[in-house]
Amino acid sequence: MTDNYVVIEGVHKTFGAGDSASEVLRDISLTMRKGEFVSLIGHSGCGKSTLLNIVAGLIPASQGHVFIENREVTEPGPDRAVVFQNHSLLPWLTVYQNVKLAVDKVFGSTKSAAERHEWTLRNLELVHMEHALAKRPAEISGGMKQRVGIARALAMSPKVLLLDEPFGALDALTRAHLQDQVMQINAELGNTVMMITHDVEEAVLLSDRIVMMTNGPAARIGGICDVKLARPRQRLELLNDVTYASCRATVLEFLHKRHRYVEAA
Amino acid sequence: MDDTLQAVVRATPALEIAPFAVRVRRIVQRVASQFVRNVMPPLVTLAILIGIWEIACSSPTASLPPPTKVVSDTWQLITQPFFDGGGINKGLFWHIFASVKRVALGYMLAAVAGIAFGVLVGSSKLAMRALDPLFQVLRTIPPLAWLPLSLAAFRDGQPSAIFVIFITAIWPIIINTAVGIRNIPMDYQNVARVLRLNKLEYFAQIMLPAAAPFIFTGLRIGIGLSWLAIVAAEMLIGGVGIGFFIWDAWNSSLISDIILALIYVGIIGFLLDRAIALLGRLVTRGTAST
Repeated sequence: MTDNYVVIEGVHKTFGAGDSASEVLRDISLTMRKGEFVSLIGHSGCGKSTLLNIVAGLIPASQGHVFIENREVTEPGPDRAVVFQNHSLLPWLTVYQNVKLAVDKVFGSTKSAAERHEWTLRNLELVHMEHALAKRPAEISGGMKQRVGIARALAMSPKVLLLDEPFGALDALTRAHLQDQVMQINAELGNTVMMITHDVEEAVLLSDRIVMMTNGPAARIGGICDVKLARPRQRLELLNDVTYASCRATVLEFLHKRHRYVEAA
Repeated sequence: MDDTLQAVVRATPALEIAPFAVRVRRIVQRVASQFVRNVMPPLVTLAILIGIWEIACSSPTASLPPPTKVVSDTWQLITQPFFDGGGINKGLFWHIFASVKRVALGYMLAAVAGIAFGVLVGSSKLAMRALDPLFQVLRTIPPLAWLPLSLAAFRDGQPSAIFVIFITAIWPIIINTAVGIRNIPMDYQNVARVLRLNKLEYFAQIMLPAAAPFIFTGLRIGIGLSWLAIVAAEMLIGGVGIGFFIWDAWNSSLISDIILALIYVGIIGFLLDRAIALLGRLVTRGTAST
């Protein structure tokens, strides 16, 4: 049961129809354990985002099914909270209100107003954003926005946390800082996470397994790399770690040798 | 470290002695520099224009009165805006008040209906296909062209004038609202879907705030057009109102009265525009940049 927490079963996705149809995903099957951290890696345009959106329920699969805890995904919902690449905070709400909106919607009938307030603060503290509650998204940095986005997703207490290149738009130092925070939060909460990335080090550092996708069109799962590194992981200690190096090499080789990026003609 | 500490200690007494005077002087300086930068240039321009006008119209054969004559002719109107002699024999305040009241009523109706139609056209492809071509044709009809039709329909000047304001202001509001709704970023829609916001929550939490800057652009264009239309409409329907005041003055050859009324019309139009702009800034605070 907990081994088949997330089940992706024979998912195909074709956009358009007739002559203009383009097959994006072909026969994707994957299962995730409860509490597992899985990264999807692949060149841009290989359909990783499409797969994540199918799991989120934001777009329907052409064929195949996705199950979370044996229940089929048919529409988006807060049990599959998404952290979008460009944070998608609502600019007219403050940091606090952005998270509170999600908390009120998800826990409106199960928690009291005081509990919802507490829970909102608790999640913002988790990402160390309690100092900027009254700020609007335009007034905080990109890294902070992404942290609020993560707090909003965590605040929904999702079964699966879906991260769509969450750190893609950030500079390297901010990114490293946020990766550490995500590892810390994950050690604390034990979330099941599916993350899209194109950063090999990030994938190895954070993941239990790395799913490597072949190039589109009609992308498939080209290989899966088990990252057998003990947790908690320290990025500096890993630099000389043999397992780390071999995982990194496996993924790099996959991406740059076997499935080199092909320029679209 | 030590040096700065001493510097602070030395500086402190001076701050304590004259903080109030210093603050007052700073405020005065700021206001003065703002005044010189922003208020002086238009005042100087105005003075030059009035000077040219005075010179150009000072000959006895001039068809228009010079500014000095305008002031002396209309001195009673200027000093007694609240005068009320019954009928249409009222001070300028009452005429402007009547016009603003008509505009307010017609404009409110246009805002409510315009936003409603804009939301409909912006969120439904079918509604857009069905309504947009009609709107595009209707909006090109000059406001005054509606007046005879509305007089025929309502058989009264008052509702006709309000209808003309309504029909003038509604098009930019509809069109801008629809554009704003159509341009709601996909991300916000996805957030709403993940949170499973219902239709009403989506409307209040996402749609209105996301489209607010566009809606206020429409509202601002609308208020300007309303004010343009009311003066013309009132010239035709008569009664109390700044438009008919101008027409009446023309019929009595009181050119100075016309000029004074035009100045008031301009100032009120400017204030209406600024009021909507200010409201828009307050409401859409923070939405402009992401």
